[in-house]
Amino acid sequence: MTFFSDTWTVFTRAMRLSLRQPMWVAIGVLQPILYLTLFGPLLVPLANAPGFPPGDAWTVFVPGLLVQLGIFGGAFVGFGIIAEWRSGVIDRELVSPASRVALITGRVLRDVVVLVVQAIILIVCALFFGLRVPVGAAVLGIIMIGLLGAAFSYFSYSAGLAMKSEDAFAPLVNMVSLPILLLSGILLPMSLAPQWLQLLSDVNPFKHIVNAVRALFRGEVGTFEVGLGLVLALVLIALGAWAGKRVFELQTK
Amino acid sequence: MDTAMIEARGLKRTYKAKGKSIEAVRGVDLSVRAGEIVGFLGPNGAGKTTTLKMLCTLLEPTGGTAVVAGHDLRGDPVGVRRAIGYVSQAGSTAPEARAGEEIVSHAKLYGIDPKTAEARARKLLADLDLADVWDRTCGSLSGGQRRRLDIVMGLIHEPKLVFLDEPSTGLDPQSRANLWTHIRKLRDEMGTTVFITTHYMDEADSLSDRILIIDQGQIVAEGTPAELKKRVSGDTITLTLRRAEDATEAAGVAGMLPGADVPVTDGHIVRFHVPDGGSALPVVLAEFTKAGIEAIGVEVNRPTLDDVFLTLTGRSLRE
Repeated sequence: MTFFSDTWTVFTRAMRLSLRQPMWVAIGVLQPILYLTLFGPLLVPLANAPGFPPGDAWTVFVPGLLVQLGIFGGAFVGFGIIAEWRSGVIDRELVSPASRVALITGRVLRDVVVLVVQAIILIVCALFFGLRVPVGAAVLGIIMIGLLGAAFSYFSYSAGLAMKSEDAFAPLVNMVSLPILLLSGILLPMSLAPQWLQLLSDVNPFKHIVNAVRALFRGEVGTFEVGLGLVLALVLIALGAWAGKRVFELQTK
Repeated sequence: MDTAMIEARGLKRTYKAKGKSIEAVRGVDLSVRAGEIVGFLGPNGAGKTTTLKMLCTLLEPTGGTAVVAGHDLRGDPVGVRRAIGYVSQAGSTAPEARAGEEIVSHAKLYGIDPKTAEARARKLLADLDLADVWDRTCGSLSGGQRRRLDIVMGLIHEPKLVFLDEPSTGLDPQSRANLWTHIRKLRDEMGTTVFITTHYMDEADSLSDRILIIDQGQIVAEGTPAELKKRVSGDTITLTLRRAEDATEAAGVAGMLPGADVPVTDGHIVRFHVPDGGSALPVVLAEFTKAGIEAIGVEVNRPTLDDVFLTLTGRSLRE
């Protein structure tokens, strides 16, 4: 089927271009390590504070960092597609018989691979800081982060290609990602928050995904929390893929 | 070779902007036969690129029908895409990507296996004097090289019909002439039908078998370059006089010539049209000597497509 081969073609091209940018690869790897080293230790004494969720500081903090990685890894990819559009690459691909969904999915796949590598590095480093997590739970957690990142990539590419302007896209990304970040209890758990803030965060699907990954890291695999997070991640990715398909189709309308 | 490659009827494109609808293309009829090089000429904003994008399936027409390379534009856009090549004026490659990899990756979207793609790509690159760019990043190529690389990208699947959108914009004269040679070779050696948009008269003139002129979203003229030039009344003679006071008398003398139009004077300069500039010139100069008028410069110009455009639309292409 042309969808799979086209996705593969777009993916390999995008992957190659990413690997050609050693600076970006280095920054991508360094970023989670910096969070771990410069922010993680602040949380250790907090872990015993009242209201702090079950699990030690690292089981709470590392899933949050992973989700943050997924959100930010995906959110900014739209800049890349604006540049590609400007250099004529997108039109060149649209004039080929390639599947429209494949053109975006191949790129999303590249982002997911980059994200998963970063996530693995983050978890391995966290082990040295004292994180204890079952291998199976870590793998499930990474899959969930991959799904989340894919959803964000789809949305980001859709928005980027629809707007075609970095100046319009940058404020949008900030406007959307900041509240998502703050209301998902990534850096500090929402259980520390006052009631109104907790209610607000309850409607943020990303909080539930963070909670699901935290539950996984505590070794609770078959719980409602994990199921909810997984379903939400799948819904988001489906919405993202639909939006991406629409935007690519609209390019020729 | 008289099969139709493009048959468009009443092709229309209306944009909606701020509640108002703007008619970019208002009903274009055009036919292109297989093996032709057709120049699509018009000033900026005339609807050239919009028409081209519609024929390439990059933009859905809001009205009309077209059959491109044997496939219906609306009914079978994928069929059209398989059969055509499109070289956009915006380029086709990422600056940080390597030329060879970009071509092979593009070929794979047409279902061409990498080996065949590489063999074809190396041959095309050599044909277009780009043999040594395979491992270079696209961004490191010169403007002319990059444009030729775009053409290689557009030809990698051996399309029957190729659309070139303003291919020589921004190129120096030598690169332009070079590019024209390659475009002619495309048709002569590979039998490719070429549809080329340009706002350069000389480009359309020297390349095309046939020219379509578009203005304000409609085709206003069609024909071979020679046919179109015949529509303009002959050659232009421009005389520069030593004394501006002689201009009126000189215009009177020139206007007496058989077939001449009413001369236009502008300071020292007198300009008029005659059917045959070469034979009229000695007569004018002899009359000038008799009348004691001294011409210090003479120029005879064959009609250009620019004159054609001016005659047809009342406006110059350069405006």
